[in-house]
Amino acid sequence: MDKYQTFEYDVIIIGAGGAGLRAAIEASTQGARTALVCKSLLGKAHTVMAEGGVAAALANVDGRDDWKVHFRDTMKGGKYLNQWRMAQLHAQEAPERVRELESWGAILDRTRDGRIMQRNFGGHTYPRLAHVGDRTGLEMIRTLQDRGVHQGIDVHMECTIRWLLTDNGQIAGCFGYQRESGRFVVFRAKSIVMATGGIGRCWSVTSNSWEYTADGHAMALWAGAELIDNEFVQFHPTGMVWPPSVRGTLITEGVRGEGGVLLNSEDQRFMFDNIPEMFQGEYAETQEEATRWVDAVVADKIPDARRPPELLTRDVVARAIRREVRAGRGSPHGGVFLDIASRRSAEAIKKKLPSMYHQFKELADVDITTDRMEVGPTCHYTMGGIRVDPDTQETIIGGLFAAGEVAGGMHGSNRLGGNSLSDLLVFGKRAGQYAAEHAESQDSYNEINPDEVSRVATELLHPFESTDGENPYSVHEDLRELMQENVGIVRTDEDLREALEGIKQLRVRAANVKVGGNIQFNPGWHLALDLKNMLDISEVVTRAALQRTESRGAHTREDYPDTDPEWGKFNLVARQSENDVDIVKIPLELPPPELAVLLEDDD
Amino acid sequence: MSQKISLQIQRGDQAENEMVDYTVDRAPGMVVLDAIHAVQAQDAPDMAVRWNCKAGKCGSCGGEVNGIPKLMCMDRVDNYPEDEPISIRPMKSFPLIRDLVCDVSWNYEVNKKIPAFKMDLPEGEEPRFTQADADRVQEFRKCIECFLCQDVCHVIRDHDKKEEFAGPRFFVRTAGLEMHPLDVEDRIPLLKDELGLGYCNITKCCTEVCPENISITDNAIIPLKERVVDQFYDPLKKLVQILLPSKKS
Repeated sequence: MDKYQTFEYDVIIIGAGGAGLRAAIEASTQGARTALVCKSLLGKAHTVMAEGGVAAALANVDGRDDWKVHFRDTMKGGKYLNQWRMAQLHAQEAPERVRELESWGAILDRTRDGRIMQRNFGGHTYPRLAHVGDRTGLEMIRTLQDRGVHQGIDVHMECTIRWLLTDNGQIAGCFGYQRESGRFVVFRAKSIVMATGGIGRCWSVTSNSWEYTADGHAMALWAGAELIDNEFVQFHPTGMVWPPSVRGTLITEGVRGEGGVLLNSEDQRFMFDNIPEMFQGEYAETQEEATRWVDAVVADKIPDARRPPELLTRDVVARAIRREVRAGRGSPHGGVFLDIASRRSAEAIKKKLPSMYHQFKELADVDITTDRMEVGPTCHYTMGGIRVDPDTQETIIGGLFAAGEVAGGMHGSNRLGGNSLSDLLVFGKRAGQYAAEHAESQDSYNEINPDEVSRVATELLHPFESTDGENPYSVHEDLRELMQENVGIVRTDEDLREALEGIKQLRVRAANVKVGGNIQFNPGWHLALDLKNMLDISEVVTRAALQRTESRGAHTREDYPDTDPEWGKFNLVARQSENDVDIVKIPLELPPPELAVLLEDDD
Repeated sequence: MSQKISLQIQRGDQAENEMVDYTVDRAPGMVVLDAIHAVQAQDAPDMAVRWNCKAGKCGSCGGEVNGIPKLMCMDRVDNYPEDEPISIRPMKSFPLIRDLVCDVSWNYEVNKKIPAFKMDLPEGEEPRFTQADADRVQEFRKCIECFLCQDVCHVIRDHDKKEEFAGPRFFVRTAGLEMHPLDVEDRIPLLKDELGLGYCNITKCCTEVCPENISITDNAIIPLKERVVDQFYDPLKKLVQILLPSKKS
């Protein structure tokens, strides 16, 4: 082990998106020696792609909003499978976290009276998303990055962590490689915060960047932590569908928040026919009413109409689009139409949705101020993740914390748009704080087992030994196709079993891929290693989906189309056992009476 | 339309590198980064390239395509003539690591020199400013840090003044702070001295390559130069400042 470069820190944060940066700022503010380790350059993490906004009940635009309504919306959007305490803390603390960002220099769009502007989004009762046009994530990440620069946080860029080192159920450090040099590196740490994001690269149509290879999910599982709610993978209703180059690229929900409507090939606004029972009475029932709502919102008035059904939750809209396409009422390239051109002026579109305008103009030759967009669902977010204590974000491994997308439980079976940016601020801060406190309570580092480090190092170099294997890219492509086909928006027992069989075969191929070249900045090698994370987590998702024999939120079973109240009492949790992973049912924790009462009207 | 695309891609490290020919299938709407991914998938899994979002939002995939600094995920292959190979090289102004990846760490060091945003509102007072004030700063905050402006700037590219000159990216960043409606820090002396604003002779090359269409020269650099002049070279103002020192000019 001595031959490897070794660093020592109180707190190590793995991942430098919003959650990781916020955690690092907090940990270093508490006085912990803190390092941020990230796979890309600083400021490039997936958070930069977040577009629509950060949800917080600031009540700047509609004074009726407060944390209780946000809590209710979040629980309802998650079909009540959320960890209630996380949803509560999130709703209560999000406004403070957003105001704090502003005090660190973030420039958010303004209301007419100069306060933070908020926009409407799916599933949120009131306009709640603080935003900057359609590049909110960039503003957040840059604000956090520039704040962090002056805090004395060490940043290890382009460094991939591959293995968590533990000592009797306590965190001891982690092990990985520098992407640039290929050299291995050992980090000793008293606390580690996982902030590694999601798993979207397991699907072929996705809005996620290459980084979303399930590293954090897999490493936590391997180390003995639990993963919760893995069957729930969010397909965002509106990704680009044409040309192939941009298939899956995100189109912000903000387009619909700004008045955009969904149409099928027969020019019908099909969302009016897709309002689920639990949302009946909350959405406009006629086009006239929906238009009245948009007109009021555009004029900065409190609407006297109900919101358009295009703003239903993402699970509902994604399924409805899929249904239209399957029924033969899709657009030429297999999506549906999203129209903002006939709703808002060209000037307003360019002002509120500048990167959408730019993206379509440059990449699809479509001018969204005059023409309709073609859109379809794209794999976007996993509700599933590392199971944590709601208050401290600590896992069952002492000193191991998780925040942001890689943590599970907050969003239940379906996340509301805008709730991930607030999630990562609220729980990034909490994780950083408690990780620093935990480090403070430790007198010394836990022991690292040198044999474990050597074993992992040998495994990591294995892909260079293969001389006749296939290219890792082809194995990855096949996994993505398999998951897209069989573990997509709508699932069946048969498809899921086929996926498990397919994963088994892909494991054999993945073990034998050939990468070529050397260890210096070698993306083929990096991908060859990531295949293991992706295969393991794909299997966990698939097995959980197989086990949950009902439809709820983002998990739809064609063979079990109804929501089953009995299943509403359980979360599924994945745990590593001797040679396998067990998926077990655990009872859902119910909110205390004072919070339960907030949800009562909904049952 | 030809069904194939010819590419010449720079391979190798600082010590040894060469242009290598590749051919990939053409697909509708393809961008240069797609072509590189196709090469990785079929011929060269180890070809080093940085990319993340593939949607023009993260600024990772800067390179030089036919000699022009470009964001490769936003650069359509059909912008180039079909009968000639497209040449792809790493950004020239930074030390090469391997293939299309270069060492941009200098930029992160420069960033550390710029004092953070500082607000001076009484505890509990809600910041208020207009959208017009926000708009002016938001233009600068659109920057995705692709560093193409740094790559093309002759002060860096041809004269290698990295020790004395911060480059357009960091003038944009400083402008975003200096023109922030709530900021009270003064970075004008820093701009004049350590960040070397005076080296810029406003040739506007940076503005031309900016994928976010930020008017770097007109809206950031020139107003900052004016502020430097106001603070340091206006004799009358200088006198006033000596007699009546203020926190921010």
